[in-house]
Amino acid sequence: MEETVEYAQATGLLGSVWLLVAIPLVSAAVLLLLGRRADRWGHWLGVAAIGAAFVLGLSFFFQLRGLENKSVELSLWDFIAVGDLRVDFGLLFDPLAAVFVLLITGVGFLIHLYAVEYMAHDAGRRRFFAYFNLFVAAMLLLVLGNNYVMLYFGWEGVGLASYLLISFWYGRPSAATAGKKAFLMNRVGDTGLAIGIFIMFATLGTTQYDEVFNGVGALTSTTVLVLGLLLLLGAAGKSGQFPLQAWLPDAMEGPTPVSALIHAATMVTAGVYLIARSNPIFSANSTLQLVVLSVGALTLLMGCIIGAAKDDIKRVLAWSTVSQIGYMFLGVGLGGGAYALAIIHLLAHGFFKANMFLGAGSVMHGMNDQVDIRRFGGLRKHMKITWLTFMMGWLAIIGLPPLSGYFSKEPIIASAFEREDWTAWLYGGAALLGAGLTAFYMTRLFVLTFHGPKRWTEDIEHPHESPMLMTIPLILLAAGSVAAGGLMVLNGGVASWLAPVLGEEATGEAHGVLSHEVITILSLLVTVLGAGLAWFLFRAGTATAQQPAGVLVTAARRNLYADAVNEAVFEKPGIFLTRALVYLDNRGIDGLVNGLAAAVGGGSGRLRRMQTGFVRSYATSILAGALLVMAAFLAVQAGWLA
Amino acid sequence: MTELKLPSIDYSALSPILIMLGTALLGVLVEALVPRRWRHVVQLTLALLAVLAALTMVVLNADERMITAGQALAVDGPTLFLQGAILVLAAMALLLIGDRSVERGGAFVAQAAVTAESADDRRQAEGRNGLTEVYPLTTFAIGGMLIFVAANDLLTMFIALEVFSLPLYLLCALARRRRLLSQEAAMKYFLLGAYSSAFFLFGVALIYGFTSGIPGRTAGVDFATINAAVSESPASQVLLFAGMALLAIGLLFKAAAAPFHVWTPDVYQGAPTPVTGFMAACTKVAAFGALLRVFHVAFADAAWDFTPVLGAVAVLTMLVGAVLAVTQTDIKRLLAYSSIANAGYLLVGVLAPSRDGLSGTMFYLVAYGFSVLAAFAVVTLVRDADGEATHLSRWAGLGRRSPFFAGLFTFILLAFAGIPLTSGFTSKFAIFGPALDGGQAWLVIAGVLTSMVLAFPYLRVVVMMWLSEPGESTPTVTVPGGLTAAALMIGVLATLVLGVAPAPLLDLATGAAEFVR
Repeated sequence: MEETVEYAQATGLLGSVWLLVAIPLVSAAVLLLLGRRADRWGHWLGVAAIGAAFVLGLSFFFQLRGLENKSVELSLWDFIAVGDLRVDFGLLFDPLAAVFVLLITGVGFLIHLYAVEYMAHDAGRRRFFAYFNLFVAAMLLLVLGNNYVMLYFGWEGVGLASYLLISFWYGRPSAATAGKKAFLMNRVGDTGLAIGIFIMFATLGTTQYDEVFNGVGALTSTTVLVLGLLLLLGAAGKSGQFPLQAWLPDAMEGPTPVSALIHAATMVTAGVYLIARSNPIFSANSTLQLVVLSVGALTLLMGCIIGAAKDDIKRVLAWSTVSQIGYMFLGVGLGGGAYALAIIHLLAHGFFKANMFLGAGSVMHGMNDQVDIRRFGGLRKHMKITWLTFMMGWLAIIGLPPLSGYFSKEPIIASAFEREDWTAWLYGGAALLGAGLTAFYMTRLFVLTFHGPKRWTEDIEHPHESPMLMTIPLILLAAGSVAAGGLMVLNGGVASWLAPVLGEEATGEAHGVLSHEVITILSLLVTVLGAGLAWFLFRAGTATAQQPAGVLVTAARRNLYADAVNEAVFEKPGIFLTRALVYLDNRGIDGLVNGLAAAVGGGSGRLRRMQTGFVRSYATSILAGALLVMAAFLAVQAGWLA
Repeated sequence: MTELKLPSIDYSALSPILIMLGTALLGVLVEALVPRRWRHVVQLTLALLAVLAALTMVVLNADERMITAGQALAVDGPTLFLQGAILVLAAMALLLIGDRSVERGGAFVAQAAVTAESADDRRQAEGRNGLTEVYPLTTFAIGGMLIFVAANDLLTMFIALEVFSLPLYLLCALARRRRLLSQEAAMKYFLLGAYSSAFFLFGVALIYGFTSGIPGRTAGVDFATINAAVSESPASQVLLFAGMALLAIGLLFKAAAAPFHVWTPDVYQGAPTPVTGFMAACTKVAAFGALLRVFHVAFADAAWDFTPVLGAVAVLTMLVGAVLAVTQTDIKRLLAYSSIANAGYLLVGVLAPSRDGLSGTMFYLVAYGFSVLAAFAVVTLVRDADGEATHLSRWAGLGRRSPFFAGLFTFILLAFAGIPLTSGFTSKFAIFGPALDGGQAWLVIAGVLTSMVLAFPYLRVVVMMWLSEPGESTPTVTVPGGLTAAALMIGVLATLVLGVAPAPLLDLATGAAEFVR
């Protein structure tokens, strides 16, 4: 880890990497500025912008493959130059950024395409695509920046775009509240990230990636720990990890394509990106890694448990995202070769989660926006394409070989066991248990939606399959869900591609507590067990109303009381503090200010009376003033003053 | 018999002054010879061309540094910078003076001799063309100001003071509407102006006495002699300090510093608004130009002893202007008190004894001149059947009626309040910075505190314009003719540009900030 990080200057085609950010951004600006004039064709502009970005991203990717150094840096202009602080508006295109660019623009493009039809009947479709483009542009800036300030710039842009999109239907109080909740919880994380960046500047004098990474070795371990924890707080905020996970499921209030974009291509992956990008910092302190690991393990179990108790199709998927991101945090927390595993899981997850969210959208589209899985059932006959594509996503997420989830998740579980003390059992066990639970709740979701007896509400007579524009993205994403994982691990695949950024894979045989074969068999076993149990329990449908339940299920239904804790620990004291401050402000500060103002006003009124309008009194006051000034001058002369 | 020797005169260096005074004389001839119908066009064109020509000569002379006309006039950086400033601002004022579309016939009375408030007076108010004598009067005043900032001896300075003051007294009396108020203002201005001139002249006499008696030098009131006398004269220092005090009083009167400000609100309110704008912008430049030269050149060695006294005057000026602005109900009086407070800020700049202080003061003069002219341009536009509606209560809800002009006025008020991205911020910064460096922290603190007080009356107008419902008495805003619109837009743009990119003008001012001695 002592090698220095260096980036080459971008030349040739790669000199135009900035276009990746500029194209969606300009498109968003055009859509917002033209207003209603763009209503008729605006959505196609939005789709085309992301399509163009994807094509560009691909060509940049192939360019990068041909380079020896595998990373190029592009300084556009001085972004901030104040005192000692010098921040470039600079971009960095390296293997890590490249895979993110492909994921964001590729999956993003399919989601855009899908949204054209999904939002066809919404009056605000143009505005929707403007925000959508803005979201992608901000996310691309986040992954392409060459320093932490640029990353923060994109980070805040993502926060803004997510706020606008989650509360897109701002007429609904629940949507407006969810947008605010997402924004506020993100701010908590953002503040952590911002303070982290301040610490970098204070201790290292720079925020450029290469200079920071080369300088980490010189820092005390406490500084690294604090810095890393702050970055982790930021990452947890964006990625919906413990303790900042509560906003993510509420973000379902936005239109379904927004959920797909947030969960698959943008936003939640930002936290994983931040930690993977900052791997020299996190690898420098083992305590820090342990914290990341624990956050990942805890969140992945929380997500599974809550997901199993939810009845809203989008919320189940949302909690499954929380839990899958937990796996990724587990991966980046393990460090070493597991960084690449986390990124591979992130990419695979991008496909199958986008697939399932869009599938859920398709189901809602056919079912009058019903989201309660207890009111679905038997849809496989009516929505063949949605059913089949969703099945691919389901099989992928539970990790059935040879679908992509198997290749991406199983290695993480195996790595978790590759520790030499009791913690192997702790983290490995959590990952394994998570795999079983995932199989359970995803199977429950799938079976209740597509199989079993109909439990539809009365207003639905004949659910219909979604139009082509929606099913084509589904089919493409389903293909990705099936094949992406296998392709990514083929011949070292993505892991060796990422090696320049994340370090080489551990080649030596690690001595874990269990052998690799045993773990594979175990994880397949719990998967089949979980899935089988769910199939057995829900094959005949379920009650359409909420049933009384035991302690665990009630707790899970209430998000394991995380909201209640937030309310008791933060909201209540916060409200009290605000009230106290308002009281102080009204009584103390306002009193002082108003008193002063009254004094000035009164003085003004009194002084005004001296302005009589008579020249004689004016002349007198001038004379008096003249005498005073004369006297003062003479006093100066006599040495009495100054 | 001493031989009479003609002093050498550099005519090209003095050409801006000569052009203005020559044009003024020509203007008098135009009044006599050109038919009434054509006079307005001819006079306005002539005056504007003269200002343009004078400005061109100022630019061409930009590198001149000399004392000419037998020690009487100094052409140096500050002279040229301030002359340029006066000419640019005067051109804007001329545009306002020349406008005849906002008010039919212009802002000036058609026949000054008609008894105010009589039937004849009412008839002439209904759109007969205004007097064209205002143009030669204005050009005389401009010429006088150009001499005033260049004057290198006290007598020339006094002559220049009278040359620009007398036309201003007359101009104040020529309002078309509310003529009694206008005539009263002119009368007060004249009486008090004459009064203060007496102080000035008395001061000149004392200084003359002080300079006599130096071995090998003749007595005189040119600045070189005074400067030498400060360190060498055997005469009593009482003469010097009493003289300086009296001179300062004369100049501070023109600059509208407290307690010599008393004329300002009445005169600003009564004078025709274009003339008020002219006075607020150009007279300020001239008065502070002279103050700077007197203190930096003539009394350079003695002047800084009495910084505390002038500092006290500055603080008093800021306080009086700011506090009294709070309770004003007439927009023109409000702007008058704001102008008084600004005189206080400018004094802070005068008291920063450094090159930066000098350049900051000159920058402030230009920036303030642009904003204040734009402000008075808006005042001319807000009117009803009886002319300008200057009572503040009438401005309520103006933002709903005419968002564009209310927006411009809001911008100007924010500039006065010193909000960043306006010239009000950069110019205050340019003055307070050097003052702080010069150890005058107390003046800066007073400046910042009074700025806070002043923000209240400005923002009160903004709040009234935007947050009140327009009432029945809310006047309309006349869409301005080309001349007023041009002046207004120049003022607003300059306020913006000097707020966003002040560096070029600041560099120019810094380059010019050195007196020849």
